Amino acid sequence: MKITLRVWRQKNSDAKGQMVSYQLDDISPDMSFLEMLDVLNERLTLDGEDPIAFDSDCREGICGACGLVINGLAHGPEGLTTTCQLQMRSFNDGDVIEVEPWRAQPFTVLKDLVVERSSFDRIIQAGGYITAPTGTAPEAHATPVAKTDADRAFDAATCIGCGACVAACPNGSASLFLGAKITHLASLPQGQPERDERALNMLHQHDEEGFGGCTQIGECTAVCPVGIPLDMISQLNHDVLGALSRGGN
Amino acid sequence: MTELFTVGEPIADTKAPAGPISEQWDTRRFEARLVNPANRRKLSVIVVGTGLAGASAAATLGEAGYHVLNYCYQDSPRRAHSIAAQGGINAAKNYRNDGDSIHRLFYDTVKGGDYRSRESNVYRLSQVSVEIIDQCVAQGVPFAREYGGLLDNRSFGGVQVSRTFYARGQTGQQLLLGAYQALERQIAAGNVETYTRHEMLELVVVDDRARGIVVRNMVTGEISTHFADAVVLATGGYGNAYFLSTNAMGCNVTATWRAHRKGALFANPCFTQIHPTCIPVSGEHQSKLTLMSESLRNDGRIWVPKELGDKRDPREIPEEDRDYYLERRYPAFGNLVPRDVASRAAKEVCDEGRGVGPGGMGVYLDFADAIRRMGRQAVKAKYGNLFDMYQKITDENPYEVPMRIFPAVHYTMGGLWVDYDLQATIPGLFVIGEANFSDHGANRLGASALMQGLADGYFVLPNTINDYLADGPFEEVDESNPQAAAAQEAVQQRIDKLLSINGNRTVDSFHRELGKILWEYCGMERNAEGLKKAIGLIRDLRAEFWTSVKVTGENEELNQTLERAGRVADFFELGELMCIDALHRNESCGGHFRSESQTEDHEALRDDENYAYVAAWGWGGEDGKPILHKEDLEYDYVEMKQRSYK
Amino acid sequence: MATSNLTQRRTAMLRSSVALKAAMAVTGFILVLFLIAHMYGNLKIFEGQAAFDVYSASLRTLGEPILPHGGALWIMRIVLLASVLIHITAAVILWRRARVATGGKGSGRYHSSAARRGAQRTYASFTLRWGGIVIALFVIYHLLHLTVNVIAPGGASESPYVRTVNGFEIWWVVLSYAIALLALGFHLRHGMWAAFASLGANKSPQRRRNLNIFAIIIALVITVGFLVPPVAVLFGWVS
Ligand SMILES: Cc1cc2nc3c(=O)[nH]c(=O)nc-3n(C[C@H](O)[C@H](O)[C@H](O)COP(=O)(O)OP(=O)(O)OC[C@H]3O[C@@H](n4cnc5c(N)ncnc54)[C@H](O)[C@@H]3O)c2cc1C
Ligand code: HEM
Ligand code: HEM
Ligand code: SF4
Ligand code: F3S
Ligand code: FES
Repeated sequence: MKITLRVWRQKNSDAKGQMVSYQLDDISPDMSFLEMLDVLNERLTLDGEDPIAFDSDCREGICGACGLVINGLAHGPEGLTTTCQLQMRSFNDGDVIEVEPWRAQPFTVLKDLVVERSSFDRIIQAGGYITAPTGTAPEAHATPVAKTDADRAFDAATCIGCGACVAACPNGSASLFLGAKITHLASLPQGQPERDERALNMLHQHDEEGFGGCTQIGECTAVCPVGIPLDMISQLNHDVLGALSRGGN
Repeated sequence: MTELFTVGEPIADTKAPAGPISEQWDTRRFEARLVNPANRRKLSVIVVGTGLAGASAAATLGEAGYHVLNYCYQDSPRRAHSIAAQGGINAAKNYRNDGDSIHRLFYDTVKGGDYRSRESNVYRLSQVSVEIIDQCVAQGVPFAREYGGLLDNRSFGGVQVSRTFYARGQTGQQLLLGAYQALERQIAAGNVETYTRHEMLELVVVDDRARGIVVRNMVTGEISTHFADAVVLATGGYGNAYFLSTNAMGCNVTATWRAHRKGALFANPCFTQIHPTCIPVSGEHQSKLTLMSESLRNDGRIWVPKELGDKRDPREIPEEDRDYYLERRYPAFGNLVPRDVASRAAKEVCDEGRGVGPGGMGVYLDFADAIRRMGRQAVKAKYGNLFDMYQKITDENPYEVPMRIFPAVHYTMGGLWVDYDLQATIPGLFVIGEANFSDHGANRLGASALMQGLADGYFVLPNTINDYLADGPFEEVDESNPQAAAAQEAVQQRIDKLLSINGNRTVDSFHRELGKILWEYCGMERNAEGLKKAIGLIRDLRAEFWTSVKVTGENEELNQTLERAGRVADFFELGELMCIDALHRNESCGGHFRSESQTEDHEALRDDENYAYVAAWGWGGEDGKPILHKEDLEYDYVEMKQRSYK
Repeated sequence: MATSNLTQRRTAMLRSSVALKAAMAVTGFILVLFLIAHMYGNLKIFEGQAAFDVYSASLRTLGEPILPHGGALWIMRIVLLASVLIHITAAVILWRRARVATGGKGSGRYHSSAARRGAQRTYASFTLRWGGIVIALFVIYHLLHLTVNVIAPGGASESPYVRTVNGFEIWWVVLSYAIALLALGFHLRHGMWAAFASLGANKSPQRRRNLNIFAIIIALVITVGFLVPPVAVLFGWVS
């Protein structure tokens, strides 16, 4: 199939970028979207042009490295799908496909489609963990965990930290990412002692990093490749307000 | 063959204490010298890697009070390739009360490794396995649980007990996030300095001690040398030498290979694991292969048409024209034979020309019977997510049409040689996780790599590295040190060279071709003449690479082509050694199948007389030959047997 | 973390996006309650001038003699005023943060125009902020008209009933109200749902659906309920 790509090209974080068009013929519908970019990059390299920079590693939808805004939608048109799992058969012969990086103030564009996401790591640093120094752990069966709690924790813990929620949010909020981690740890007995501090500290870092507030628009959950549900943002609000009302201690 | 390598002094592990195997670890921990907390702050440790091994080690050493510097090439530690592990992690908890024990896990692992691993290390691994689960649960890893609230187990990889802990199909992700969060906690506490998007390109050895690494900042291109009292490599496996593998795109051998060139021995490079159930290649554009969990073999039946070139729609092919070759050849284990056996059998039928799908490179994994037996709903409940993944990629509906699968490179048992303390042959260089060779012999059992990564990182290394650091802090070194300066200079020159060639072939085209050579001659089945041929081909290709590769752009920018070029350059050198190792080991064992060494019915035939050793290779210099050092393997606790799955 | 440290953190957290949203939710609810009462009052217009003026007066005599004349009303007004002020201040702060976070472009920050409405956005969620401003302007205009009566389209009067009727006999007055009420309707359609979610009430996808249905109902009731009197007057059902 033939397609026209319009891709955001930007030399580095200081340079100002623009959309550049590329014509691709004989694209196989069995290619993944990133393999299509690989093919284009091979061509650009041989033409002595600078290939398009984009992040990807596992190409299985689990590491969270990849992430492109495709035709205005984070991770492209298919639901519950990361960019690396997107197949060209989701597009039609002759389509014009526009490809842009995640955009949000804390996500500086480093080059072309590659952005800086260390703000997510710092949010985790602020409290996205359970303090359990190596070797101090009690026997695993000492505290049973109700299956429903374990399952809810797991559902939240599947967040791959890709940042699509931020890219899609009209307010540039990372509330879904934040809510997912809060919910994961708050659903487990092991997570209770630090629960209040965690909620306050992580939210504080979230705001510090320059992410916007959530106005419950729901774009985040719609583009989230693992379907983190919106109620995990409500869990975040619930835990923060609870912590504030309890005086946090 | 000696025109390819020379034989050097044998080596042996000197750290495992004498005495009964069950007491060795306690004894070692007792004998190992400690570092008092006050001094730890003065000691720094470089940990390269943030996978299960790296993250757990960095976090634990940070907690212990050492000053840790931690590196990964991704933009976040959480993206390390460990994240992709699906099936589960083994531990000898015996929660099922089905007769499991530390000794049984030890036995299964040694046997599964086809008697090419070191007993003392494997026994310790089994001992530590139980602590891993406790540690992870305390961190909030959401393992699968039963309604009673207790941890659930599944059986895995053809062992008779249920000892595999799992978190749906995402065990690696959940374990890694646990370690990652522990790591981030230490970063926040200031005990660990994190360097993401930094690639290690050289090891710095000063006065015969590993004292630092040369790294490239992958955003700015800045090349700098970082120093410490000890260096830990947790940089994972080298399966990407084959270009197509289930490994992440960035997985590479650079870190360990550079250390090898600096004097660390590289053990059993030819021991690679080929996973039988992956989605077949769909075309030239293919960039990587996707694993389909082994569990599918519990209910799916594997077959190919009896007739050569039978192009009928599989649903049209009647029972009598189908060959369920695994069930036919291995009545006892049927479709559940170990990975290496299943993979090889698939290759054989495809070589006979009975393979299915594009290029005849695939076999059917058929769920029709299962659906008839259990009902579509039950099948969906059990394998739904895998079926969806398969359909997403192939656009075929596995409920209707049989899946097509084919083996793919998955894991590398080989790696840098380490002793019982996980220390390489360069003092102060420690190697953990998939990057070392230690525990899996010639074949790894399912769900044992996650176990090893966390065992090494949380419990083993933090206890053994003290003994080395007790001699520290070592004298200050900085860029002015001639050996350090030389290392950094060498990196700079290599990069300049790559950028200056400006030839007419892309990096990927070279990598693809190298991968094809290795897959063809050093893959599932190997033989002397094929391997000799491969060595020649690789040498030529490598020469061509250095004269006609095209690397665009410059160093002082985010340059992914340059990154890949450096990795591929190292894969050439490794690939050659893999073939030499495979050629020299004239026996079949585990994942290494030499067609010259098989039973009359095509089963792997070990030669314990001549090859019951670890082949640890030394770097012979730019144009020199690799030097073979043998570590003899003795089995005092497990009796060597010929594996049989009939 | 030490408690002292934590208490500082708490004071800081009162300016956090979550706390601000909670404040908006609570004040929003207060405003909604007022509106419902107000709407109920407005509907008395169908019971004729007497009833309506009595009601209006009763607002002022409420609570006497404990409270001075108009005391209850003033208390209510103070609460209302405070709510509106808090509501608006918080809105403005959050708005500013969102603009900073998106380089001032909000959902329009991508070049592609293929998905201007995102994956699933409701129209209401777009109009929240500008809609709010429309409402604010309206309220001012409305107070001048019907409370203080400085602007008196159709003729001033002592009787609120007469003021109202006079006003709504003119088509553009009704139109202006209609527009404002539409803005309010949208505002509440998203606002009410958001308010519950912001306070942590959204516990499951099922709950999310129900809260949205509830918000739609409230929005409809309030918009329609308010629209009836002016329309009735315009068409001369009330005179
Ligand atoms: C698809 C798949 C499924 C699997 N499923 C299972 C399973 O179910 N059970 C099981 O036990 N095992 C499984 N395995 C194997 C297991 O996942 C790996 O062996 C294990 O995770 C390796 O962990 P590691 O910490 O040693 O290395 P990795 O997780 O690979 O981490 C390597 C780290 O080193 C860093 N690094 C590498 N090179 C450099 C460099 N030059 N400079 C700087 N940093 C560098 C990387 O950034 C990364 O952080 C699976 C593997 C695959 C591919
Ligand atoms: C009759 C008057 C009003 C009522 C009943 C009302 C009600 C509400 C409610 C219930 C919410 C949801 C709060 C939340 O999401 O937590 C809300 C949000 C909002 N309101 Fe109002 N509001 C009114 C007037 C105004 C005015 C005058 C403004 C002026 C700017 C305004 C601006 C906003 C904004 C911007 C939001 C979105 C808040 C956010 O960022 O989430 N509202 N309103
Ligand atoms: C078309 C519908 C409406 C009618 C007929 C109406 C009518 C009135 C009347 C007659 C008064 C004066 C009451 C008195 O002074 O005794 C009044 C006051 C007021 N109205 Fe409305 N109103 C309408 C819609 C609204 C809306 C939509 C809002 C808010 C968004 C609103 C907010 C107010 C406020 C704040 C007051 C002042 C209350 C006070 O006296 O303190 N009104 N309205
Ligand atoms: S919540 Fe979803 S979209 Fe946001 S980072 Fe996690 S996985 Fe990505
Ligand atoms: S899209 Fe943004 S506004 Fe909230 S619901 Fe999602 S974070
Ligand atoms: S590359 Fe890992 S999720 Fe897409």
